[in-house]
Amino acid sequence: MQKIPAVSDGKHMGFAWGPGDILVYETLHKASGSGSSFIHEVRKDEDIYSPILRKLFNESHHIFVGLQTIREDLPSKSRKPQFVSISKNYRSVIRACMEELQQVAVSTKDGEAATQYGNQVSILLAIELIWNLCEVLFIDAAPAGSLLLHLLDWVRLHKADVDEKAREVLQSDSPAEHRDYWDVVVSYVLQGRLDEARQMLMKQATLQPAARNMYKLMDTLLSKMPFFNPSGTQTLTEFDVKWRHWHEEVDRCLQDNSFASNKHLEIICKLLLGDEDILLDHKELLGTWYHFLVTRLLFCHPTVKPAELHYYAQSCMTMFLDSRSVPEPLDSILLAAFEFDIHQVIKDCSIALNNWWFVAHLTDLLDHCKLLQSHNLHFGSNLREFLLLEYASGLFTHHSLWQLAVDYFDHCPEFGRVYLELQIERVPLDTERKALKVLRICEQRQMSEQVRSICKIMAMRALRNNRLGSALSWSIRAKDAAFATLISERFLQDYCTRGTFSDLDLIDNLGPAMLLSDRLTFLGKYREFHKLYEEKRFTEAAKLLLSLMTAKIAPRSFWMTLLTDALPLLETARSWFNSIQKNQILMTLTNCSFSLHESVTEVDLQRLQKSDYFSSV
Amino acid sequence: MFVARSIAADHKDLIHDVSYDFHGRRMATCSSDQSVKVWDKSENGEWHCTASWKTHSGSVWRVTWAHPEFGQVLASCSFDRTAAVWEEIVGESNDKQRGLSHWIKRTTLVDSRTSVTDVKFAPKHMGLMLTTCSADGVVRIYEAPDVMNLSQWSLQHEISCKLSCSCISWNPSSSRAHPPMFAVGSDDSNVTYGGKVQIYEYNENTRKYGKAETLMTVTDAVHDIAFAPNLGRSFHVLAIATKDVRIFKLVPMRKESTSTGPTKFEVQTVAQFDNHNSQVWRVSWNITSTLLASSGDDGCVRLWKANYMDNWKCTGILKGDGSPLTGSSGQPTAMSTVVGSSVQTSQNALNGMSAGRIGKRAPFAPPLRQLTSPKIYQHPAYY
Repeated sequence: MQKIPAVSDGKHMGFAWGPGDILVYETLHKASGSGSSFIHEVRKDEDIYSPILRKLFNESHHIFVGLQTIREDLPSKSRKPQFVSISKNYRSVIRACMEELQQVAVSTKDGEAATQYGNQVSILLAIELIWNLCEVLFIDAAPAGSLLLHLLDWVRLHKADVDEKAREVLQSDSPAEHRDYWDVVVSYVLQGRLDEARQMLMKQATLQPAARNMYKLMDTLLSKMPFFNPSGTQTLTEFDVKWRHWHEEVDRCLQDNSFASNKHLEIICKLLLGDEDILLDHKELLGTWYHFLVTRLLFCHPTVKPAELHYYAQSCMTMFLDSRSVPEPLDSILLAAFEFDIHQVIKDCSIALNNWWFVAHLTDLLDHCKLLQSHNLHFGSNLREFLLLEYASGLFTHHSLWQLAVDYFDHCPEFGRVYLELQIERVPLDTERKALKVLRICEQRQMSEQVRSICKIMAMRALRNNRLGSALSWSIRAKDAAFATLISERFLQDYCTRGTFSDLDLIDNLGPAMLLSDRLTFLGKYREFHKLYEEKRFTEAAKLLLSLMTAKIAPRSFWMTLLTDALPLLETARSWFNSIQKNQILMTLTNCSFSLHESVTEVDLQRLQKSDYFSSV
Repeated sequence: MFVARSIAADHKDLIHDVSYDFHGRRMATCSSDQSVKVWDKSENGEWHCTASWKTHSGSVWRVTWAHPEFGQVLASCSFDRTAAVWEEIVGESNDKQRGLSHWIKRTTLVDSRTSVTDVKFAPKHMGLMLTTCSADGVVRIYEAPDVMNLSQWSLQHEISCKLSCSCISWNPSSSRAHPPMFAVGSDDSNVTYGGKVQIYEYNENTRKYGKAETLMTVTDAVHDIAFAPNLGRSFHVLAIATKDVRIFKLVPMRKESTSTGPTKFEVQTVAQFDNHNSQVWRVSWNITSTLLASSGDDGCVRLWKANYMDNWKCTGILKGDGSPLTGSSGQPTAMSTVVGSSVQTSQNALNGMSAGRIGKRAPFAPPLRQLTSPKIYQHPAYY
């Protein structure tokens, strides 16, 4: 529940939906009275305004679009590596973002910002953790043998503090005597990094020449631990046999007290045997129940099958967690993953995170891997579309990220188009450049109604600000004949009052657009007449003027002007009109005087009557 | 959710309506102080009042924007029995510099004999049409035939609904598959006769609006009504604010080819929420009809969302806490969040990694995990 200050109890709360926010204010419906006169803009926590996360959105958009174009007809065998690679791309984008955020979090002086950055880092860490596990279990779908190796990688990647500690220890004067020394060794063992453990142990060995044999024995045991090689020739069964032999050997060493005099080495020996109690003694080094899970599997059951995972996962979680502590959302998500319940993973992630980015992209990828369908969800692809629509709609309220959203809508077959139509109309058309950008997107998708509407809005705006040229070109683009007519009339009115045209460039270059409306055609042609006259091409000018008079596309208010324009041509010694044409002019004059237009002035009529023509009649 | 900004509206009396323009860059507010104010949002997100003027001689109940295709046009309606249309005039350049604009009245619609309770523009594909409804039970539809001359409006339809009307909503769909349609709600409090929501549809043959449906199951006073954006569906979705929040689905039934009457609908109740536990006063859809907001007598605004299986749930609550607002507007105010026990867990969500659990912070790796801000959704990000 979000509390709004300054809205008191007993009052109603009014609201209004806005782009990306909701405005609330105190009111009392159907009453009057005084009250707090504040309006509060309430927003969802929005990552889209974080400049660093913006990179996440931009780059993942790139990956998303690439994913959509992967050919469906390739056999799944060759598609899987592609999907794994895409998954890794997504994760590396998350990591890059995380690292940048971490740097900023550490370097900023603003305490509140540091906390916020820190929080975002946490969330990204969790997201990457979950995604990585999903990649291992669902996308890569590692079989028994490789499965454990992948899980080990997974744990190692997310327990980076070991390396830092190790660095500290190694850089000290006497590493083997550093207080964290044994922690580092044990941590290496817990992560299955036995070579590194051995190297560390050598430092201790040199300090204790008396115990040299013991250290040699440990070194041997550590070096002989078998690890499954997926690309090798050994089968899983063969590996299992080998591993059991090794396990028995370690057990023998423990039973005959080979390490009894060195409690550290004895602990390591027990760890190698997967001793639960000893493992749990090292909760602090393990840190999490899933580290505990993987370590336990490493030393008890390295050939674990995917289907067996959830038994171990559940029991490890129970053993590791305090009986008092409640599993947290991250725990349930990971558990659902170990149970191969993709649907549950997506659901829980949607609930725990308030940005749709993660679930939208992950679900989309899983859908491409045809994994949602395999779970018998007849609404599998609907779920993908639902999440993508949510995510993209969220992007739309951002002043530049909205362009990314367009591609997402393009790949939502059912509702993508209509969502795009609804939302693109609302993009504020601050500048002509932005309007053109929006238009291009609409035109590319044959969204003709949106094109028309946007052009109309721009035309109207230009008209209100008396920018006739701009208004006209927008009307033409909107193919709005009525509006084009209206604006042409304004131009003509302008001409009548001022004697000149504005926006000559535009009118001179109308081209075929002139045909949009009669009035517009007239405007274009009339201007042409003026040009011909200026260029002293009087025959052509006269002909054009006559055709304008007779073609009946001239507005009535303009007839007198046309006749007045004819005057200079009539009054000169050389007649630019032949007798047929003169007849036509007379007809026009007659029609004109019968119409009793305001624009017909006495002076004009007299001039005409006095002109050459009439005097010769 | 958080309060990003608080704007001191400076109305001298209660604000009754706030309305965003089509692009979300301007806002109009109206109040019992009889005035309307217009606000513009600057590039940095700050709101500036660019006009403030007296509009009526009574409380102004609603204010609404016309589609920007018609220019910058507002309509308001009031207790003073009138509705008015206003147009922004592009002012002198020094006005612009001072960030002011002028609005002039284009027309006053005085046909109503009682308080005008709602005013709405019809969908733009119908032209520039304005609809009002009044306490006298009449819905009036006006049209401005010449978009360039907003002082000329003609009363095209006068529909008597027999019950005092409180709200109207047009179906925003421009699909040719169905004729223009609007819904009227009545706040008549006599529950003995039902049908407090009526649906009217335009008939091409009679050139009139005829009643197509009455929602008989709505027997209590209705205070607000809203058609959802259509999304190309064949059916219509209508939200109603009455003693609870209701969402109806209206499915047009196949018409006989000879039938010339209004469409028959199959009416289904999609959802009914009584969480407000009191009268619900307003309902409104977001642009994509994925979220419905409602406000009630309990002083809360609730947000409702359907998941991809069309199950509706409450996804957020806003409530006044009665504390006075200190500090200048434009600064995010402190939030006091009410956190229920079930929400507490998700508050510290994602605290799985080492540090959080054991309480010791490891370097780089997971600082104590929390979400960016305290969880407010009780059923958050409902998928």
